[in-house]
Amino acid sequence: MRGALSGWDVIISGVAKAVQLILSGDPTVLQITFLSIVVSGTATLLGALIGIPLGTVTSLKQFKGKSAVVQVVNTLTGLPPVVVGLVLYLVLSNSGPLGFLRLLYTPQAMMLAQLVMVMPITMSITISSVSAIDPDVREAAMSLGASPLDETLIMLNEARVGLLTSVVVGFGSAISEVGAIMMVGGNLLGYTRVLTGAIVLLTNQGEFAEAIALGIILLSLAFVVNILLTILRSKFAGTSSYTASILVSPAESRSA
Amino acid sequence: MPLVEMVNVSKSYGTRAVVKHVGLKLEEGMILALMGPNGSGKTTLIKLAALLTRPSEGSIIFDGVNTECGDGKLRQLRRRMSVVFQRPALFDVSVEDNVSVGLSTRGNDEERIRTKVEDVLTRMELTDLRGRRARTLSGGEAQRVSVARALATEPELLLLDEPTASSDPRNASIIERSVVESNANKGTTVLIATHNPHQAKRLATETAFLFEGEIVERQSTGALFESPKDERTAAYVSGRMA
Repeated sequence: MRGALSGWDVIISGVAKAVQLILSGDPTVLQITFLSIVVSGTATLLGALIGIPLGTVTSLKQFKGKSAVVQVVNTLTGLPPVVVGLVLYLVLSNSGPLGFLRLLYTPQAMMLAQLVMVMPITMSITISSVSAIDPDVREAAMSLGASPLDETLIMLNEARVGLLTSVVVGFGSAISEVGAIMMVGGNLLGYTRVLTGAIVLLTNQGEFAEAIALGIILLSLAFVVNILLTILRSKFAGTSSYTASILVSPAESRSA
Repeated sequence: MPLVEMVNVSKSYGTRAVVKHVGLKLEEGMILALMGPNGSGKTTLIKLAALLTRPSEGSIIFDGVNTECGDGKLRQLRRRMSVVFQRPALFDVSVEDNVSVGLSTRGNDEERIRTKVEDVLTRMELTDLRGRRARTLSGGEAQRVSVARALATEPELLLLDEPTASSDPRNASIIERSVVESNANKGTTVLIATHNPHQAKRLATETAFLFEGEIVERQSTGALFESPKDERTAAYVSGRMA
């Protein structure tokens, strides 16, 4: 009973501390939060830039071994972070094949670790989204004489809600990841410490109030990003947002 | 010279032959109806004519050009025709944007696109729906947009796969009228697959009857319905065959 009460005390004081830290603009917290956003945002952006085109090509093209490729990509969405961390650690360490790049214990190594986990997610969701489009729609595009690029743009427009979902899920996965980035980033204060790493460290040190405070900041961050992307997603789903050059909207031309 | 000529064309999916040794000529400016029971291969034949699928055997000649060619050439040929599918297959954009797609892919300038879109929206009685998202339309309205999209490009060949199957009489009437006008005013050659004998009689100068992937009879529409030569055609037009 006392333990339960003290647990609640910790949570309540954690919330109070979080408010205090946020309102006071603590420079360390700001730096950690900023680095979290930069690392996870960059990894998600790169993951989308690589995963969405690869997923689109995989979905639209017929080739030998396609189902095996899809299976592998789907499997990679569940990559254990510590395994990613271990492999990247070995690859990036001084004696590893990419040791000469001197990336170990840098934010770039953390981005790379998150990219390895985000890319299969964006690719997998893109494959599902593009594959789910009515085949008649693609044939309609072909029948209208669309070039391969036009056809791809039309298909991407049809799958746009799914593509945005892939970014949302990818970012959620990246920002909440801890195992791999700690292994390749080192959790160095002021250099590679992000919110998740800081929470682990503070918990290990018994600084529960600060850990909860950072957890609340992390949750709020994920929440805000999700809200923004959800608004975007509903906007995409609810309005004609097809601005690809192939579609010259007469309505827009008139108003121009 | 016919606009489209299919020479001994067959199409199989795996071991299943869907179209068998079809020989078909479409003369310029004609309207040919393609009738036949479900599963007789009408849709596949339309897709073959639309160059959306390649024949397993035989060859398709479009305006004197053998279509056994590369993708780039095929695309050029496809730009001279338009297809209306049984389901509208509209893009998830506005009605107006749907109608303009074919004109954009053909490299028309904005002024021409604007003029053509305006003209076809008026003809198809779609001006009130121009800003509506295509996916919010009723089945009949969506099919009208699909026909408008096809007609906007003023194709030499118009291929229609049961275009009024999901339309009420008003929508069906607008679609039929637009097809007839396009044929009469622009000389558009039309191949229309239909289950509806009345529609075939209203639109087509000639009708071909397709049964189990083979064209078993082709005559002027009136003659085919009044005095079919083939037993299977007779059974179909008299309602004894589903």
